[in-house]
Amino acid sequence: MIGALRWRGISVRLERRMVIASLLLASLLVVVGCWSISVGDFPIRITEVVRTLIGRGTSSSEFIVGTLRLPRVLTGAMVGAAFGVSGAIFQSLARNPLGSPDVIGFTFGSALGAVLVIVAVEGASSVAVSAGAVAGGLLTALVVFLCAWRRGVQAHRLVLVGIGVGYAVAALTNYLLTQANISDAQRASVWLTGSLNGRSWEHVRPVGAGLFVLLPLAMWMGRSLRLLELGDDTAAALGVRLGRARFGIVVVGVGLAALATASAGPVAFVALMAPPIARRIVHAPGITIVPTALVGALLTVSADLMARRMLAPLELPVGIFTAVLGAPYLLWLLTRETRMGAL
Amino acid sequence: MTASHPPCRLRAEAVCLAYDAHIVVDDLSLSIPDGKVTAIVGANACGKSTLLRALARLLRPTSGRVLLDGEEIHRVKTKEVARRLGLLPQSSTCPPGILVADLVARGRSPHQRLLQQWSVTDEDTVRDALIATETLDLADRPIDELSGGQRQRVWIAMALAQATPLLLLDEPTTFLDIAHQIDVLDLVADLNQTRQTTVVMVLHDLNQACRYADHIVAMRDGRIVADGQPTEVITSELVEEVFGLECIVITDPLAGTPLVVPRIRHRCATGATSTLSLAGV
Amino acid sequence: MAARRSPRVVGLVLACTVLVLVVVTSLAVGTRSIPFGTVVRSFTDFNGSTDHMIVRELRLPRTMIGVLVGSALGVAGALMQAVTRNPLADPGLLGVSAGASFAVVLAIFVLGIGSLSAYVWFALAGAAATSVAVFALGSIGRGGANPVRLALAGAALSALLGSCTSAVVLLDRQTLDQYRFWVVGSLSGRDMAIVGQAAPFLLVGLLLAFALGRPLNALALGEDAARALGTRVGLTRLATVLAVTLLAGAATAACGPVAFIGLTVPHLARLACGADQRWLLPFSAALGPVMLLSCDILGRVIARPAEVQVGIMTAVVGGPIFVALVRRARMAPL
Repeated sequence: MIGALRWRGISVRLERRMVIASLLLASLLVVVGCWSISVGDFPIRITEVVRTLIGRGTSSSEFIVGTLRLPRVLTGAMVGAAFGVSGAIFQSLARNPLGSPDVIGFTFGSALGAVLVIVAVEGASSVAVSAGAVAGGLLTALVVFLCAWRRGVQAHRLVLVGIGVGYAVAALTNYLLTQANISDAQRASVWLTGSLNGRSWEHVRPVGAGLFVLLPLAMWMGRSLRLLELGDDTAAALGVRLGRARFGIVVVGVGLAALATASAGPVAFVALMAPPIARRIVHAPGITIVPTALVGALLTVSADLMARRMLAPLELPVGIFTAVLGAPYLLWLLTRETRMGAL
Repeated sequence: MTASHPPCRLRAEAVCLAYDAHIVVDDLSLSIPDGKVTAIVGANACGKSTLLRALARLLRPTSGRVLLDGEEIHRVKTKEVARRLGLLPQSSTCPPGILVADLVARGRSPHQRLLQQWSVTDEDTVRDALIATETLDLADRPIDELSGGQRQRVWIAMALAQATPLLLLDEPTTFLDIAHQIDVLDLVADLNQTRQTTVVMVLHDLNQACRYADHIVAMRDGRIVADGQPTEVITSELVEEVFGLECIVITDPLAGTPLVVPRIRHRCATGATSTLSLAGV
Repeated sequence: MAARRSPRVVGLVLACTVLVLVVVTSLAVGTRSIPFGTVVRSFTDFNGSTDHMIVRELRLPRTMIGVLVGSALGVAGALMQAVTRNPLADPGLLGVSAGASFAVVLAIFVLGIGSLSAYVWFALAGAAATSVAVFALGSIGRGGANPVRLALAGAALSALLGSCTSAVVLLDRQTLDQYRFWVVGSLSGRDMAIVGQAAPFLLVGLLLAFALGRPLNALALGEDAARALGTRVGLTRLATVLAVTLLAGAATAACGPVAFIGLTVPHLARLACGADQRWLLPFSAALGPVMLLSCDILGRVIARPAEVQVGIMTAVVGGPIFVALVRRARMAPL
C-alpha cells in the first residue's frame, strides 16, 4: 500500500500513483509549453520549435524562441511552481483550503513595495521593482508574524492579523496610486495583476536558482508538515519541534512566494488552486510538493497562453486569466465540498 | 510512600504548572511505575490532563522538573523523547480523506530519517500495530468513514506503531459507547501485558480506572490526594474528598477490584440495607 | 435584568454624546482653519461668506454622509459577523464592494459616466446583484446557506469581479484615471444630493437590522438550538443578507469602498456592551460614525493643505486597532 524504493540501508518513499501523475503532468507541461512557444504574432510550427530547442533551428526561430518565448514560458512555469508550493505550505499550516501567502499579508506587502518603487523612483528598472516587491512582502510578513507573536504563534491568530495588516497595506497601496501620475499608476496596475510580459533570461536565472534551493527544502520539510497536519499535540508527541518547524516552513513558503512575486507580480489564484488540484490528481490527503509544483506550472503556462492569444492582438496580463480560471474553480469547490473547516 | 521504590522511568518532581497566570498544579511529585498501568483520576479541572501534558513534554513546568530516564525531559531532544514516549491526545485533527494505513504509518516518523523513509522494520511494525488493534481490514479506508470506536483504535494503532516503552493516553474513552470503551481499555491492558508498555491514562470513569489500573493517582485542586493500588486507595472517604460524592465501595464481582456505587437522591433499593451490611457498611 | 441594563444604557448615551462631539468637530475642523464662532454663526446667522459656504456646503454634507455611512458600515459589519458566526467577517465578504467597484468601472468605461451621483446608482446595482449571486451560490447544495459557504462564495465572486475590474482598468487609461480615485474611499466631494440618494436605502437597512436583533441572538447559539427556540433560520439569514446589501451597498455607493469600519467597530462595540445583538447593533450604529468621522477629521489635518482620503485613514488607524484586539483576546480557533 505504501510504496518505497529500497537499496542497502536506504529507503525512499515513492507512491506509484504520485510517480505516474507527476510524469503525466510533466509531459503535459512540456506539450503546452511547446504550444505556447509556437503561437504568437510570428507563428512557428511545433516541429520547428522542437528543432530549435535541441539546437538545430534557423536563426530567426532561434531568436524568437530563444530570446522571446522560451524565457517567458520558463519563467511562467517556475513562477507557477513556486506559487503552487507556497500555497500548499500555507494551506497545510492554516489547515484551511483557503490558506495562501495572502494570509500573512505577504501579497499585499509585496504590492505595496512594488508600487512604492514605481511611484517614488522615476523610470524604475524592473529589477528595482522586483526588489521593492520582495522587500515589501518580507517586511509585511515579518510585521504580521511579530504582531501575532504572543508566546508563540498559533495559526488562527496569524490568519487574523494577516488579514488585518493586509487590508491596511492594501489601502496604503491605493493611496499611492492616487498620488502617482497616470502612467506610473498604469504601470503599477499592470504589475499588480501579475504579468509575464517581457520576461527574459535575466528573470529565468534568479527564479531557477531560487527554486533549485527552495523546492528540495520544501520537500524535506514536507515531512514535518505532514505531522503538523495531525494537530500540535500529536505532532509534538511524534518528535516535531513545533516552533522551529513552523518557522522554517513559513520561511520557505514566504521565500517561494517572494521569488515568484519578484518575477511576475502577484499572479492571482495559482497558490490557491494548485494544491487542491494536485491532491485530487494524486489522491493524497495531505501536502504533495512535486505534483503541486507541476500543477502550478501547468496552470500558469496555460493561462499565459490564453492571455496572449485570446484577445489577439491585445495581450492581457496572465493574472487575469488565472483569476478567470480560478474563481469558477473556487465556486466549484464550494458546491462540491460539504465538509470544510470554518474560515 | 512505599518503602521499596519500584523502578520508574517517568517522574515529576515538585512541578508547578500554570496557564498564563492561572496556577493549575502546585508542587506536585509523582513517580510512574514501569511496566504497570497507572490511572489519573479526579474531578473536572483538577489538573489531571494538565499533569499528563506536562509528563508528555507538551507543557513546561514553571518550577520543578519532569524526568525521563533520569534526564530532565525538556533537555532531551524532541525526536528522542518521541522514541520513548507515545501520546494519544484528547483531540486531534487529521487531513480529510487520509487513509488508515497512512495515518498509522506516520507514527513511525520518530524512527525515520531523510534516507530511511520506509524501511522493512517500519512496514512490519505498522502491520503488527494494525493487527493488534484489529484494524488491518480497514487499512485502505479513509478515516472519515469510520465510527468513533474504530477511529480511536486507529489512533491507538498509530501510537503502537511508534513502538515506545511508555504510552500516555488522555481520556481515551470519551465519546465512545460502552462496548467500545471496554474494547479500547482491554486493548491497552493487552499492550501492557504482552509488551510491558508502561501506560499512564487519564480516565474520568472511576470504576474503569479501578478495574484496569495497577496504580491509581487521585487528584484534587492540583494536588495528589492519594497514590497507590486501587484496593488500598479507593474508599468511600476518598471518593467523597476527591469528587464530593457520597457512595459505598464494594468489590467488583468480576474483576475483584473496588466498585464505587454512588448514592443517589431518589431511589433506594428494597433490601439495600442488607446489601450495605454485606459490604460491611 | 435591570441591573444589567443600566450600564448599557449609560454606555449608549455616552457613545451618542461622543458622536455629537465628533460631529461638531467635523464641522469645525478642516483643511482651512475656520474659527469656531464662525462655524456656529454659519448656521444661526448665515451671510454667504466663503467660510460660511465651506461649512454649510462642504463640511455639513460631508459630515452627514459620514454619519450615515459610518452607521451603515458598523451595523453591516455586526450583521455579517453574526450571520457567519465569524469574528473576522466583513461586509466585503458578500462581494458587495467588489460588485460595486465593477459596476462603477463598467459605467466609466462603457458609458463614460463621470459624476459621483451617477456612480451611486451603478454601485448600488452592482452591490445588489453581487450579493444576490453570492447568496444564491452559497445556498446550493444541502443545508442551505451556511456561514462557510456564504464566505467562500463571496470570496470567489469578489476575486472574479476584482480581476474583471483589473482587466477593464488596464485596457483603458482614462478609466483607470477615474477609477483609482473612487476606489480609495473618500468623503470629500460628496454633496447633499448624494446624501439624498443614499439615505433611503441606509435608513431602511438600519430599520431592518434593528428588527433582526432577537433572531440573530438565537442564531448565535447554532442552527439547531435556534430552530428549537422557534427562529426561522433561513428567513433570518435572507433578511440579514438583504440588510447588509442595503447598508454596505449604499455606503460603498456613496463614498467608495471603505475598509475596517465593518470589521473593527463590532469588536469595539462588543467590548462596551457584550454580545447581545439587540444592544450590539445600536452601539455599532453609534460607534461606526465616531470611527469614520474621526478618521476623516484626521485625514483633513494630517496633510494640510491637502487631505488624505478617509479610506486610507480607516485602514491606517483600523489596522492596528484590529491587531491589538486580536492580540488581546483569547481567540478560539476559527
